[in-house]
Amino acid sequence: MSRGQTVAHRSETFLLVGNHLTGALKGQLAGDWFMLIRKQTDLKYADVTPQSVYLNRRKFLYGAGIGAVAALVGSRLWRMTWPKDTVGGSSFPNLIKGPFSTKENPSSFKDVSHYNNFYEFGTDKSDPAKNAQGFKTSPWVVSVEGEVKKPRQYSLDELLKLTALEERIYRHRCVERWSIVVPWVGYSLSTLIKRFELTPKAKYVAFQSYFDAGQMPEAKYAGIDLPYVEGLRLDEAMNPLTLLCFGMYGKTLPPQDGAPVRMIIPWKYGYKSIKSIVKIRFQETEPPTTWNRYSPDENGFYSNVNPNVDHPRWSQARERRLGEIFTKPTIIFNGYADQVASLYSGMDLKKFH
Amino acid sequence: MRTFLSSKWTKRVVFFLCLVPFLLLVLQSVTGNLGINPVETLQHTTGDWTLRFLILTLCITPMRKIFHLPELIRFRRMLGLNAFFYVCLHFLTYLGPDQSFGLGGMFEDVAKRAYITVGFAALVLLVPLALTSTAGWVRRLGGKRWSQLHRLIYVVAVLGVIHYDWSVKSNKIKPFTYGTILLVLLVWRIGASWKRQSKKAKGEAPLARA
Repeated sequence: MSRGQTVAHRSETFLLVGNHLTGALKGQLAGDWFMLIRKQTDLKYADVTPQSVYLNRRKFLYGAGIGAVAALVGSRLWRMTWPKDTVGGSSFPNLIKGPFSTKENPSSFKDVSHYNNFYEFGTDKSDPAKNAQGFKTSPWVVSVEGEVKKPRQYSLDELLKLTALEERIYRHRCVERWSIVVPWVGYSLSTLIKRFELTPKAKYVAFQSYFDAGQMPEAKYAGIDLPYVEGLRLDEAMNPLTLLCFGMYGKTLPPQDGAPVRMIIPWKYGYKSIKSIVKIRFQETEPPTTWNRYSPDENGFYSNVNPNVDHPRWSQARERRLGEIFTKPTIIFNGYADQVASLYSGMDLKKFH
Repeated sequence: MRTFLSSKWTKRVVFFLCLVPFLLLVLQSVTGNLGINPVETLQHTTGDWTLRFLILTLCITPMRKIFHLPELIRFRRMLGLNAFFYVCLHFLTYLGPDQSFGLGGMFEDVAKRAYITVGFAALVLLVPLALTSTAGWVRRLGGKRWSQLHRLIYVVAVLGVIHYDWSVKSNKIKPFTYGTILLVLLVWRIGASWKRQSKKAKGEAPLARA
């Protein structure tokens, strides 16, 4: 019984759709262009053309009509869901040009702000731009703890005023083989770390992202353990390239890009550059990291960009710069070998990937 | 319902509904609406529609039997060929932008990357099915051999879902959904075949006793 009802209901729906489309098609047929083609059918080519071909041609016309209507409706809907191209946030005055900037053209702000891996706000790359807009980033406190003589908490404002903010244009390479070029705003993490008297046990730095299931309802589909955690060896954290980042394109970070403060480690795959940091902890042992915990064989602790060490499921030899169709070769350490290769001298980069 | 299904217009409408995702992609390409990573959008969308059409194709037989609608058979070849059409587009979006049409790089990938191996195998297995989809080939092969050959679609669909599952990083909801639907469709077939066999066995049993 219930099965029969379901079927009847479905066929009605289907008929309705069919009628609707036919109606729309008639509208299309009223156009001159279609009338011209219609005339052809009056010439009864069916007599000489094989009937199957003849039918196919009509099928094509019919389909083109339906297709055009569907495409128009579809593109209208698509545009409605497409986020507006606005550069949000407030500007940083007096930015100084930092060192290490690439001469490559930066990606568009829209690309960088609407194609994000920020699983707390959804796993689709378009999700964070939609779901993170209400994210509350003020007040914001970052606690610095662990193997330091005097642990303390920083307000965002204190961090911002610690030293002059620089603009640094870095390449950014995702483990998924896409890449971007971004003008970030921030200063070397070492500037902050130097303010602390570390104990001799401080060998690693562990970072933790903000997590609140209430503000991040999409996080339950993330598939990874949250809060997100990351880590660096102390010498990596002290490298001047390692950026404590507060903004991009001259303005404060949009929430989907890790507002209000994040890490940027340009020679490592993007997931090392943890977003929305609330905790920085110095410790003696290598800290657990989110993606390494999720799939240890695929994501190592170091995660240095390396075209010669394949991801188990795909080659890392090439990448696609967003905005380009074809791929190009990936450079070891994402092109920052001069600054960072010495950190890993003597290490088997395949083993410590 | 059955006259509706037998109508040539219904078949035409279904045919063009099948092409709507393709036409949408064309329109989005032309108007630059494929999103931030257009190549990825093309790859994901064509892959998705391949799996959807494989699953729709596999729905035909159970729906015919359950709802007593033999006319549904009229749509099976069309749906199957659409799966083939979308997988060809899917393959081209990989071979072109990812491999720059280099067969060497492609075969290296096929040999090395499990999810590519599985996906490529599914594509290759689908080719004979598309080629022998015509009435002429049913005749030439004979109904029984033809349907035996076309059982390959079960393998193709399973490989397709595995290919998808292995290619995503986390959040496996979509591949899991496809997998679940596929499992239901395959289990139904196993059940139906057991029923047929037990009927046969029952039919033979009295004879054996006699």
